[in-house]
Amino acid sequence: MKVTINVNGEERTDEVESRLLLIHYLREVCELRAANIGCDSSSCGACTVLLDGRSVKSCTVLAAQADGHEVTTVESLATAGELHPMQAAFRAEHGLQCGFCTPGMVMASIGLLKDNPSPTEAEVRSALEGNYCRCTGYHNIVRAVLSVAQQS
Amino acid sequence: MTSPGSILGTRVLRTEDPLFLTRGAVYTDDVVDESLTGAVWVTFVRSHVAHARIVSIDCTAASQSPGFVAAFTGADLGLPDRAPMWPTVPLGMSRPILARDTVRFVGEAVVAVVTTELYQGEDAAELVEVEYEPLPAVVDPRVAAAGGVLLFPDAGTNIACTFEPPSRDEHLFDDCEVVVTREIVNQRIAPAPMETRAAAAVWGADGRLTSWIPNQGAQGAKADFATMLDVPPELIRVVTPDVGGAFGAKFGADAEHAAVAFVARALGRPARWTENRYDNLLAMTHGRAQVQTVTIGGSRQGRVSAYRLEILQDCGAYPAIGSLLPSLTRLMAPGTYDIAKVESAARSVVTTTTPVGAYRGAGRPEATAAIERAMDLFAAEIGMDPAEVRRLNLLAPFDNPHQNGQGALYDSGDYGAALELALEAADYRALRIEQLRRRDQHDIRQLGIGLACYVEITGAGLEAGAPHENAQVEVHADGTATILTGTSPHGQGHGTAWAMLASDELGIAIDKITVMHGDTDLIPEGGGTGGSRSLQQGGAAVRQASQELVELAMDRASEILEVDRADLELDRARASIMVRGAPEAVVSLADLAGKKRLFIRSVFSAAGPTFPFGAHVAVVEVDVETGKADLLRLIAVDDAGVILNPLLADGQRHGGIAQGVAQTLYEEMVYDDDGNPLTATFADYPFPSAAEMPMFELVTMETPTSYNSLGAKGIGEAGTIGATPAVQNAVIDAVAHLGVRHVDMPTTSRRIWRAISDAAADGAIS
Repeated sequence: MKVTINVNGEERTDEVESRLLLIHYLREVCELRAANIGCDSSSCGACTVLLDGRSVKSCTVLAAQADGHEVTTVESLATAGELHPMQAAFRAEHGLQCGFCTPGMVMASIGLLKDNPSPTEAEVRSALEGNYCRCTGYHNIVRAVLSVAQQS
Repeated sequence: MTSPGSILGTRVLRTEDPLFLTRGAVYTDDVVDESLTGAVWVTFVRSHVAHARIVSIDCTAASQSPGFVAAFTGADLGLPDRAPMWPTVPLGMSRPILARDTVRFVGEAVVAVVTTELYQGEDAAELVEVEYEPLPAVVDPRVAAAGGVLLFPDAGTNIACTFEPPSRDEHLFDDCEVVVTREIVNQRIAPAPMETRAAAAVWGADGRLTSWIPNQGAQGAKADFATMLDVPPELIRVVTPDVGGAFGAKFGADAEHAAVAFVARALGRPARWTENRYDNLLAMTHGRAQVQTVTIGGSRQGRVSAYRLEILQDCGAYPAIGSLLPSLTRLMAPGTYDIAKVESAARSVVTTTTPVGAYRGAGRPEATAAIERAMDLFAAEIGMDPAEVRRLNLLAPFDNPHQNGQGALYDSGDYGAALELALEAADYRALRIEQLRRRDQHDIRQLGIGLACYVEITGAGLEAGAPHENAQVEVHADGTATILTGTSPHGQGHGTAWAMLASDELGIAIDKITVMHGDTDLIPEGGGTGGSRSLQQGGAAVRQASQELVELAMDRASEILEVDRADLELDRARASIMVRGAPEAVVSLADLAGKKRLFIRSVFSAAGPTFPFGAHVAVVEVDVETGKADLLRLIAVDDAGVILNPLLADGQRHGGIAQGVAQTLYEEMVYDDDGNPLTATFADYPFPSAAEMPMFELVTMETPTSYNSLGAKGIGEAGTIGATPAVQNAVIDAVAHLGVRHVDMPTTSRRIWRAISDAAADGAIS
């Protein structure tokens, strides 16, 4: 089937298998390989991207469902070599180690601040419940998100 | 260690991060290489029964599936079985690359199905028909040890290996007024790095294999490939791209990695494989899996004089690193304490479950868990505060190496200072008052305070080999530098840390220094990263090579400037060699490199392993009506010698602590009696999220070691070693006044609730 999806601001049309998952569409068709696949049960959130501005787990969305919609991945955030405030905060607070959860975690964090611009620590923790990290113990991820919330 | 203005010891942000945050790291599944064009996909058909004879394998239907290319069974491979890694383990316990006649755990690979595309692989694999004739499963190592059901009838036993003291002392506890004994389960858990296992393999026209795999040590993996594929090592190149976490479970090449390389050779096409999470939870090695019996004895005044630790190690179906973990547990059995008589023994047994390997700490968390639980059991028995019992029994501070009686030579330590710092940071006295208040008021939410003192061994892991490491440092004509290291970062930030070390010696800015690792053609030797060895050996090698490079530059500058070498010095600000007192007489390292390649390869040999230590305090709340335990605070005093970059060191501590908390409160790989795994997806395996963790309170101590020029010990495993028993002790402490003396990990609501109920029933009877 044919899908037309706005990916990171550029509209593109591709012929895809109807069962193709959005994460595989992004990784294999669009060659945007920052978002990762960490589980098969939509538990871990390594594949999180924004669909029309809201964070979704792209392993649980078909490319066909994104037809006619806007998808935003971490690759589009930095402009002219300048990190997005959330990316800069993850770096400043050491919110990433191996980096596997990071593209999804950053997008989920942007999504959470969109819904709740000044969250408490508990609200940040609860909102990131669907994004797993095995390296950081979440300590510095939570600090990064809170620091962005305080800046704005 | 540091000179004024030095970058060392400061909080330097990671050079790795900008790419990781914008483009994403490049993991094995992300690798794009011309040689991999047109790669086929490998999907493994895995056993869904724990123990069975394979009667037949029929790939007819699968071969009709769209995109099917080929299918390979164990018989098709014709590869030698993989011998156990320890010579005392019976050869009959060797592991085939793909199961041939018998399957021994759910998840064991039986057939490699090859298709042109990824999705086709799952379709085709589903159509492979394997007929099994079931054999009885044996899941509990205590049952397996009895040998009623044998996994390897030819071996005649389920016991893979045993570890015995030179002699047993039947009178170990004769002088003790109080003796407490208890069986403790250190449960099986899944390392679960976020990146699962993967491989990309291609054979060149020259007959050489190049295999990309996520790993902790390309050089060790290369040797594994050579053995499994029966190919000379010089025909193998292993590349480890960015690695999405490993935690001990990505050391060396696995059977599947060899199978993918075999497929690529057999078909004459590049081949790729990336396992899904279900396969990862079933087929990547698990960790821990010990049943321990602790016996502790001493005086009513609180002095411990005898301790015995007996270990039953569950190896899973094939004896891998897991079979050797008890040797590390035994080595560290007495922990931080001065105990007159210590005895330990271990047996490693096979069961029809996933093989056990290293997991963050690998044998040492098990030692600390045992002695720290034992200390609390002893304290409870004599009615003494756990902090006081520890004070009475900790080793006195020492600068000269201390022999712990079990073969470990502790380099330096001040365990009492760590404990007092932790108690002070936690405000221990105030916590005990609050605990009493809640007990008096019969509060539903009771407070528990748990302690753990630990010492661990780093830089001597079984995985890492002898304590030495190599590094090559080269300065280029454009003023940049390249470091080649035999360590293998997978999140630790060696790119930043090694650049800091070279920058400090050479005066070249860290953003002009590239650190390369994990390519056996480029770096033929290396011990990889594991056992918290990297900074103290690999980092020390980078520093040594950098210093030697400055010496070499001085030699050359002396000729060029026609000045006596003794009159030259390094001008860090300009990354140059200049004449002392005459800054205009100067030649830069870059210019020297322009005239002739300027590089040094150096091997650093450590005096021995190092022994970081610390004390953790956990504060939990337990709802006595539901049994639910919540971690409120975790205070960690960790002393890993001199800290190079607090940003990186704290990150290691946070991550380790969270994994420790996860083992205590949540995680366990559970099997039913038939060997069926019940926690084989992230929907079932309770991997904790941010919502389950508090902020961690870190207190740093820095007692230098003399074993390397950095004064550094390992920090990677402190968290899983210290936090795990601290939290467990806290949970039990919260309900101790209700008569509970022990709850095994994971201390789930059900277990805590049951322990409270059982204690109440016991109390009612007596």
